[in-house]
Amino acid sequence: MKHSTITLAVAAFATAGFSGLAAAQAKEQFVPASFYWVGPYAPGGSGIAGGMLDYFKMLNTRDGGINGVKLTWEKCETEYNNARGVECYERLKKKGPTGATLIHPLSTGITYSLIEKGTADKIPIVSVGYGRTDAADGRVFPYIFPIITTYWSQNTAKIKFMGQKMGGMDKLKGAKIVNLYHGSAYGRETIPVLDAQAKIYGFQVTHIEVSHPGNEQQAQWLQIRQIQPDWVILRGWGVMNPTSLKAAQRAGYPREKIVGVWWSGAEEDVIPAGDAAKGYIAAGFNVSGANYPVVQEIQKHVYAKGQGEMEDKSRVGSIYYNRGVVFAMITTEAVRKAQERYGKGQPMTGEQVRWGLENLDMNEAYLKRLGATGFMQPLKVSCADHEGGGQVKFQQWDGKQWKVITDWISSDQKIVRPMIEASAAQYAKEKGITPRDCSKEK
Amino acid sequence: MIYREAGQFKSTYAEDQQIFPIRQDRLAIGALLLVAFIVIPLAANQYWFSAILTPLLIFALAALGLNILTGYAGQLSLGTAAFMAVGAFMAYNFVLRMPWLGVIPSFILAGLCAAAVGVVFGLPSLRIKGFYLAVATLACQFFVLWALQRVGWFMNYSPSGVITAQKMVIFGYAFESPESKYLLTLVVVTVMALLAKNLVRSETGRAFMAVRDMDVAASVIGIPMMKTKLLAFAISSFYCGVAGAMYAFCYLGTVEPEAFNLDLSFRVLFMIIIGGVGSILGSFIGAAFITLLPILLSVLFGGVSHLLGVEIPHAVLSNLELIIFGALIVFFLVVEPHGLARLWQISKEKLRLWPFPH
Repeated sequence: MKHSTITLAVAAFATAGFSGLAAAQAKEQFVPASFYWVGPYAPGGSGIAGGMLDYFKMLNTRDGGINGVKLTWEKCETEYNNARGVECYERLKKKGPTGATLIHPLSTGITYSLIEKGTADKIPIVSVGYGRTDAADGRVFPYIFPIITTYWSQNTAKIKFMGQKMGGMDKLKGAKIVNLYHGSAYGRETIPVLDAQAKIYGFQVTHIEVSHPGNEQQAQWLQIRQIQPDWVILRGWGVMNPTSLKAAQRAGYPREKIVGVWWSGAEEDVIPAGDAAKGYIAAGFNVSGANYPVVQEIQKHVYAKGQGEMEDKSRVGSIYYNRGVVFAMITTEAVRKAQERYGKGQPMTGEQVRWGLENLDMNEAYLKRLGATGFMQPLKVSCADHEGGGQVKFQQWDGKQWKVITDWISSDQKIVRPMIEASAAQYAKEKGITPRDCSKEK
Repeated sequence: MIYREAGQFKSTYAEDQQIFPIRQDRLAIGALLLVAFIVIPLAANQYWFSAILTPLLIFALAALGLNILTGYAGQLSLGTAAFMAVGAFMAYNFVLRMPWLGVIPSFILAGLCAAAVGVVFGLPSLRIKGFYLAVATLACQFFVLWALQRVGWFMNYSPSGVITAQKMVIFGYAFESPESKYLLTLVVVTVMALLAKNLVRSETGRAFMAVRDMDVAASVIGIPMMKTKLLAFAISSFYCGVAGAMYAFCYLGTVEPEAFNLDLSFRVLFMIIIGGVGSILGSFIGAAFITLLPILLSVLFGGVSHLLGVEIPHAVLSNLELIIFGALIVFFLVVEPHGLARLWQISKEKLRLWPFPH
């Protein structure tokens, strides 16, 4: 056992030395950047990390931070692995003068692992467009924010979109829909809501699993060919997406009938599929494009000076990159909101940022100020509703770029909210949590 | 000079049979336990407890389980993560459905469930050996995860298929803080490591090794093949099952079945290969190597680029980490194919002769 103690000692020394370097200085707001730059999901991780950190850099140079409080960060590689993600969280949570502002775990699995830790440490866990759906019930999950749109919400929007395309929701009766999902908690998350909707609208749904990582899908597409569905929902991630599109082409299934979730709808998901991707539709809570004022500002203040995060500059303005910018704006605006209450120009603690998140109201005028009109949806979070948006745009790949083909389609909260509340209540019961009374929150 | 057993006489059978016959070893282990139980809880911070030490101990326990099967009984297995998954999910169910049972009995029952699964999937070992057996246990890996994801009962019909570990209350004390979870893990791991150490010195352990070295010869001298092999599977799976339960309850809190994928099985296998096949100590060293080295590298790299003030693209750093980690694995395997535990063994022998080697 001597060896292990030596390793421990060396690690201890290294950690101590390093944390000494990053010693606390006032007027800084620390945000952990625990993402992934290697592995099968690296395109998503590196793009989002780049977008988020570039926006922070832009804010630091243009405005001198948030009311004079500079943003700082430290990168940590999670490899999309739960254990590494937890290690990164623990390593970074106490950095900076006030500790971690909030954390974007960028993996549904890591989000799950951090739920209890974040709640105990009073650090908001913000999972924008992923994570645990029933955490949208802020009464049971005070520190978990599945902001913008949960998987269940986007799924109802997706069915609405299909209804629109078929000429009315009543046309869905008797329709056949295949749900092709990634074999993970992320993939399975929408099964119950699809089943509920199938009962309401009278369509038939078949759930077909693709096991991780998803580069073998012959059998699944054979089955899909036998079913001959009206729509295929693609709930993939990483390498599974281009593989699906290629398999669909081989099976002769029209790509215009495949609708993906946003983790299946980036440039990285379609370009490897080549021609096979043409016509494929995907949902999105942010759009691609570098001509939005906010991205232009980043170009002007960061890339013009050669300080950008992205080595491949052409990825600036891609879906993932822009999603990172959305992550960043939610982070900074929550801090700004918290400063309004707890002291302008002061670094905020996780607990204060939680208040900021719960009172975040990014309406159209607000988004215009940020230069993000149409870039992301208006957002209004509350104590009970940690989702705050729930709208989705649909975009189609034309072989070269994503074209937005709908306006914001809102989700069906009549179906989703009761399910979220029931599921959250079950969690509360299992864990012995008494839900907060939101009318008493100030 | 320091490490020499000269002058240590054994005058009773009990003295002759103790686990650590050399006084220096006893002192070293005693000191190590003292550090683990008293110094670390006083000195370490939350980061160390919840991100480094607890997972290290849990992985060491899983590696120990696999080492009993692969290292001592010679049966290659790729189902470690599946046995861990059984342990985690069954512990969750026992606590959920029989809350009066208590946490520790639930862990033990969960371990026994994993042992039962281990016995079932150990049956092919009676007919097939080596790599072919590894393939058969691979089936276990896939089947168990498949079953856990399909059968709603295992996860209490949670829509996303994840389980959330309940609060651990033992004799009225709630194990919630990272320190208490670390200490609980440490107690479990210490007790089980002690049992394992004794097991491999017992008749059963010797039977395991006989089967490993040559099963035909073992059966000729009267070692029952079926009983020995299945017992090895059962004990090994029990260890892995308890490790899985600890993984869910003391470490991650909320787990999805996907956390116990083939990747984890391979990691545990690498731990024992690097640490030392057929060595209790090796399980701990291997677990430390595989879990701590990547973290150490990433911290070091962060520190170095910070010191030099150069902005190295993070993707390069992350990839470099993996490259160095891989290179180190190859290096150690070339230098010492029998694992790091063997290196320790050699250095002990050298120390005995020091400072007058022949």
